[in-house]
Amino acid sequence: MTLPQELRYTTTHEWVRVENDTATIGISEHAQSLLGDLVFVDLPALEKTLAVGDDAAVVESVKAAADVYSPVDGVVIEVNSALADKPELINQDPYSTGWLFKVKLVGELPLSLLSAAEYQAMLNEEE
Amino acid sequence: MGKRTVLYNTHVAMGAKMVDFAGFDMPLHYGSQLDEHHQVRQHAGVFDVSHMVVLEVLGAGAHDYLRYLLANDIDKMPHPGKALYSCMLNEQGGVIDDLIVYFIATQHYRIILNAGSAEKDLQWMQSHVGHFELELCRRDDLAILAVQGQQTHTLLKSLGDGFITRNVDALGRFECAHSQDLFIARTGYTGEDGFELIVPNQNVLSLWRQLCAAGFKPCGLGARDTLRLEAGYNLYGQDMDEDTSPLCSNLAWTIALQPAERLFIGKKALLAEKERGVAQQLVGLLLVDKGVLRSHQRVILADGLEGITTSGSFSPTLGQAIALARIPKGNYPHCEVIIRDKAHKAQIVKPPFIPFNPSKTQ
Repeated sequence: MTLPQELRYTTTHEWVRVENDTATIGISEHAQSLLGDLVFVDLPALEKTLAVGDDAAVVESVKAAADVYSPVDGVVIEVNSALADKPELINQDPYSTGWLFKVKLVGELPLSLLSAAEYQAMLNEEE
Repeated sequence: MGKRTVLYNTHVAMGAKMVDFAGFDMPLHYGSQLDEHHQVRQHAGVFDVSHMVVLEVLGAGAHDYLRYLLANDIDKMPHPGKALYSCMLNEQGGVIDDLIVYFIATQHYRIILNAGSAEKDLQWMQSHVGHFELELCRRDDLAILAVQGQQTHTLLKSLGDGFITRNVDALGRFECAHSQDLFIARTGYTGEDGFELIVPNQNVLSLWRQLCAAGFKPCGLGARDTLRLEAGYNLYGQDMDEDTSPLCSNLAWTIALQPAERLFIGKKALLAEKERGVAQQLVGLLLVDKGVLRSHQRVILADGLEGITTSGSFSPTLGQAIALARIPKGNYPHCEVIIRDKAHKAQIVKPPFIPFNPSKTQ
């Protein structure tokens, strides 16, 4: 399985898609696979200010709950409301219809974000 | 690396995600825990539960020994071919383990123990043999498969095995039969009708393949947990343990206090507990607000008293979160559960969360 090359990743398995001053955030294929069938998603409130590393959302599978940390500094401008009824979108399509929330970026992107190649290397090491 | 059942390589080859359970590497699911859950509720599934321990109690003293050892009374089984659920208690009335005992023949009982507690169970059981004339024989040479779901009868009969077909028709719930190489019991842990099959290790792979080919979907321990929770079955170590009595674990029905002259380990403590009044109860919670219940969440009652969830998950059948919770005795229709520091409304119900599903062929 190849990772979408245009995305940036975190060591905690979130992904970020940056378009101008907006960042869309989700969890990686690897993360959804570890969690198994997702059944509930707790998304951040609109206009909430997030700093890098803040608890931003919670995704819960039948098995476990996992925190989603904000990979960037910004203000929440949109959440994926389709997930309320269909959290399984995250399992089916984590990089597209399974996105979690969007923020308006504040300041620079953190240097800690990984490229697809770096994230892949990290996953390979975990194996 | 954990211990493995005979079918370990088969599970891995079938794409199972393996997890540690009680020291064993066991299949959590083979792709989707939710699909497996629905498959058992709507059709039929097969589980490898060979991590559980089969123990034979053999000898002239087996009957009297088990009447002393177990909180339920094996004399509720009037003749061989019957099964009984029971707790095994310590002197304080705490639960050492819960188990099913099968009456196979005069002087021969078979017990299935939870994998996680089998070692301490065996020590406890050995230490109470005393003057009873019997032998405890652990059967690591046997494997256990559970076939569960309303299509189980039809699918089992399609195997074309005379012994199985005869017993699928003949056995009532909590009844069992055996041939040379196959033990079959109409018991289970899912809330569905079904059977548990015990065979020698060398036969289990071929039986597993036959069952899969007949249409039983392989199911992992993940689905087993959500199925048992919906059915209101306690999980040992979570919903009860050595520090909780069966009286506050929704298991009073398994305690045979009559006949009065039967003494069993833990009876004195249970009678004393009843005398002073049982302080707690194990209830079901249905989450009204959105979210997922888990074990060890705080439960707040209307009068300010508190309890705690012991098992919790998302119920695939109901589409909402459910839990078992230990709360003070009393009539409480509602409560709040604290999930990540926020109060969530829940309704208090008596388990099971779904009614038992008799087989369609019955």
